[in-house]
Amino acid sequence: MASSKDGNKNLSISERIKKNKETRKSLNIIEKIVPKLLLLCAIISVFVTVGILYTLLSETFTFFAEVSIVEFITETRWQPWQDSFGILSLVSGTLLITVIAMIVAIPIGVASAIFLSEYATDKVRRIIKPILEILAGIPTVVYGFFALTFITPVLSKIIPDLSFFNALSAGIVVGIMIVPMVASLTEDAMSSVPNHLRYGALALGATRLEVTFKVVLPAALSGIIASFALAISRAIGETMIVSIAAGATPKFTADPTQSIQTMTGYIVQVATGDAGYGTTIYYSIYAVGTTLFLFTLVMNLLAQYITRRFREEY
Amino acid sequence: MKYIDSQKVKKRMGGRITRNTIAKGLFFFATLIGLFFLAALAYRILTQGIGNLDWEFLTGFTSYDPERAGILAGIVGSMWLMLVTGPVTVVLGVATAIYLEEYAKQGRLTRFIQINLQNLAGVPSIVFGLLGLTIFVYVLNIGEVVLAGGLTMALLVLPVIVVSSQEAIRSVPNSLRQASYAMGATKWQTIRRIVLPAAIPGILTGSILSLSRAIGETAPLLLVGASTAIFTLPSGIFDPYTAMPIQIYSWTQQPNPDFQAVASSGIIVILVFLLLMNSIAVIIRNKFSKRY
Repeated sequence: MASSKDGNKNLSISERIKKNKETRKSLNIIEKIVPKLLLLCAIISVFVTVGILYTLLSETFTFFAEVSIVEFITETRWQPWQDSFGILSLVSGTLLITVIAMIVAIPIGVASAIFLSEYATDKVRRIIKPILEILAGIPTVVYGFFALTFITPVLSKIIPDLSFFNALSAGIVVGIMIVPMVASLTEDAMSSVPNHLRYGALALGATRLEVTFKVVLPAALSGIIASFALAISRAIGETMIVSIAAGATPKFTADPTQSIQTMTGYIVQVATGDAGYGTTIYYSIYAVGTTLFLFTLVMNLLAQYITRRFREEY
Repeated sequence: MKYIDSQKVKKRMGGRITRNTIAKGLFFFATLIGLFFLAALAYRILTQGIGNLDWEFLTGFTSYDPERAGILAGIVGSMWLMLVTGPVTVVLGVATAIYLEEYAKQGRLTRFIQINLQNLAGVPSIVFGLLGLTIFVYVLNIGEVVLAGGLTMALLVLPVIVVSSQEAIRSVPNSLRQASYAMGATKWQTIRRIVLPAAIPGILTGSILSLSRAIGETAPLLLVGASTAIFTLPSGIFDPYTAMPIQIYSWTQQPNPDFQAVASSGIIVILVFLLLMNSIAVIIRNKFSKRY
């Protein structure tokens, strides 16, 4: 051990072994403690989930002690300041936004993915992909501002009786926000389809379009559907765009030109308003939050189920 | 020559090739829509906001007079939030990633933690706001201060950091670990001196990207009580605060249309911040990442 610099030179072999054993001992203690500390950190993420479930459920139960759960689920009027709590109008608002967003995001997202994965050259892909990623990194408050001050004025030239706050403009912008997510997940699914399937079809004389629709898309279908489920979950949970541009009037309607309110929008409205701690309105945001959480959880689990159950292995 | 009628082939192929060309154009056009929106957004924000963007805006507090409103409190508040969020979430996230990649056995607990993280990443940010409001603001009684906001953000971006750190650690080749063991190093020595240094560029990139996501988040902060109008800068983690996106949000809520320009200037500032952070992440990734 020529490199030992701690004065071990003058020690006899047996003394060196003894010393070595001592350092080993302290090392062994570290070796035992470290994994436990790390496990503790890993468990914290589980505690976060438990914390979310606990806060949502306990406050929701307090809310249902004051408002009947049947009224909450079946009533279509949501006017908390007049004591009517019918979640259906908030749910319909959320679904309206989600449907509009999907009408925008799915065709554009899938078409972009097809272009990037099947048609574009490497060079074009390397330019377009990062630009789409920028779109994904823009804060949602910026999108909300854009919807309110740009999309709404443009739309109101086409649709004269569009109200200032409306579901259409917010929904379109939520859709645009989700395009990069749909595009990149769909492209991942498509690029995991092995090339020999494409070559096989091309060799039989198929055009690229036929390869895409008859070979690649069917093979990648599970990944693509899963990406839709994740996108829907994102649209349901989107908050800032809808609370800036969609308005604050809960309505049980499917008319996109109207001002509506989503579940997330209501939570923000109460949180930025002056409803005090402990009032029924304060507890109502937890009941709404629980409903929102359930919706997104179902979509996320659905996405995971689809990827696991229908994945094609090549 | 009788077997293949070239005229017929041309006739049939022609239609299919035309359809392919048209479809290619359509797909390209759809891709451009996304880019078009980005261009429109950038153009709109820049033309509206650049005129108002001056030193006074960067160093002023918000105001009821759009001429005098500034974003200083937002910038400082966002920095304070990152001072809390950054260390907490990086330490927790990297530790979780090390545990899952290096120590965890393929068992029920590991699978549970993984699935849990996956689902946590899909929870809407506003639900994290509800969690922070209940746990940090009321139960722990920290109040509507920097600490509560920073911790809420830390939990929000935790799943993202864990996943990116896991990928970074996974990409360190096993041969390095085995070489280290062969030299007599213990497991923790190997992780600390071999695996982590090799994985650090990936971990850093992931951390910066998730912090840049946290900087843009608005909804959870609205719930845990970031104030919109604040006229003294926070000087510690127990002070009230605001943040850049909160300021922008409050300006969009003003009825006076002159505030649109103020909001646009604020948006330019936050986008510059995000651009800077992302460039740093890209530089780190390109400069320090090694291929094994």
